[in-house]
Amino acid sequence: MKSFDYVRPATVSDAVKAAAEPGAAYLAAGTNLLDLMKGGVTRPDRLVDVTRLPGLDRIETLPDGGIRIGALVRNSDLAHDPGFAKSYPAVAEALLSGASAQLRNAATVGGNLLQRTRCGYFYDTASACNKREPGTGCDAREGENRLHAVLGWSDACIATHPSDFCVPLVALDAVVEIEGRTGRREVALQALHRLPGDTPERENVLEPGDLIVALRLPAGASAFSAHARYVKVRERTSYAFAVVSAAAALRIERGTIREARLALGGVAAKPWRCRAAEEMLAGKGATRDAFAGAATAALADAKPSGDNQFKIELARRILVRALTLAAAGTPRRIPALPASPFSSASGALHVL
Amino acid sequence: MNFAISLTVNGVRRDIELDDPRVTLLDLLRERLDLTGTKKGCDRGQCGACTVLVDGRRINSCMALAVSHDGADVLTIEGVARGDQLHPVQAAFIAHDGMQCGFCTPGQIMSAIGLIHEGQAGDDPERIREGMSGNLCRCGAYAGITEAVLDAQQSLAKANERRSA
Repeated sequence: MKSFDYVRPATVSDAVKAAAEPGAAYLAAGTNLLDLMKGGVTRPDRLVDVTRLPGLDRIETLPDGGIRIGALVRNSDLAHDPGFAKSYPAVAEALLSGASAQLRNAATVGGNLLQRTRCGYFYDTASACNKREPGTGCDAREGENRLHAVLGWSDACIATHPSDFCVPLVALDAVVEIEGRTGRREVALQALHRLPGDTPERENVLEPGDLIVALRLPAGASAFSAHARYVKVRERTSYAFAVVSAAAALRIERGTIREARLALGGVAAKPWRCRAAEEMLAGKGATRDAFAGAATAALADAKPSGDNQFKIELARRILVRALTLAAAGTPRRIPALPASPFSSASGALHVL
Repeated sequence: MNFAISLTVNGVRRDIELDDPRVTLLDLLRERLDLTGTKKGCDRGQCGACTVLVDGRRINSCMALAVSHDGADVLTIEGVARGDQLHPVQAAFIAHDGMQCGFCTPGQIMSAIGLIHEGQAGDDPERIREGMSGNLCRCGAYAGITEAVLDAQQSLAKANERRSA
């Protein structure tokens, strides 16, 4: 690991100043950053440790009924907060499907939003990667790319965003609060991450020094709590990134879908909101035909970036599955677990 | 530039002068405090061999910078027994053959102590398997590990009942 300077500012404004310098990076838990630094993928000159900044570790209910989550709240603390899990079950389910218990105990909300792609060519410093070294090319295009993007990719980059947490968040209109050199501003989570285009090295809209200080869910987001699920397909039962995942949240009145929220994970460089599919579902009955139509619409623009045509059909089926489970009702206990082949209970007791 | 930090490790306060901020909590424990029970497997947060409790929570010590954990309370495998009396989780791992080569075992045991403390798995083997998925066992002793965690969970729950009765 390249050597670096370490500073631990006491206030948010000092942190922003310290991190605005070229070569600086914020350190929270470091569960992704240290991994990248050990591999020489990221080589910061200075780490700005934000773990002691005051006031960023709270979960607050807002007067309008929304919720504000400090950027330093740990993944496991948020997922197991009883009030939070009850109001936003798909978000808790997504959090608990990610990483391992040890990593969830350390990893922060802010860090999760900004985690880097798990593309193997991005991690391998001997490979060409436009994201890691702009202009060098993309070895993933002709490489092992069955897990790469099927939506929103470009010739320059076919990497995906790996977060589970972001998928239901983007479906529920989460907003990110950012402290920067010119003060505080807000960005919809939907607009935080960028698609690669010709500049895959620019993954989000943050400027030097920008610090995510909190995440908000609007008041209306808890209206879906009775019918909200996160479904994740991975290549082993637990502790793996998604091949494809989906968040589905429904507001159902007397058998009719009043409002639907849908998003996909593992398919693009950002969590992928499926607005056209949502609109198709409004006013319809919660039927398999309606779900299949929505899933077709959601993947209408998908195209394989390599050996991953299968992910398009898989994504359609995962959307139908997530909608079907959401329509059936949020289970009493979240997290519902993936059923391993060792499960002694027959059927998918723990969900998938 | 040096960094002075203090940690409480297995109940003992340790004042440490770090000459480099790159030192992970794992390397600090093993190389500088001679606590080699905590193992370095992958060193990338994937195998769980380095699991310790920090402020009562299980984490991967390989992915934690020591300097960032100034003031923390750290519990390692060396600190769980009381003299010659094994921790119930240690005893259960022996009783159920929850190991073969033993390299992952300190991490498995610390993770199991963390899991039981978190109170999310109860005595559901499926939830125990899910909660222990961050600890890999190259020998494949998973069946014994699950039984050991179940057994320890039950004996600790009984001990708690007795204490509160």
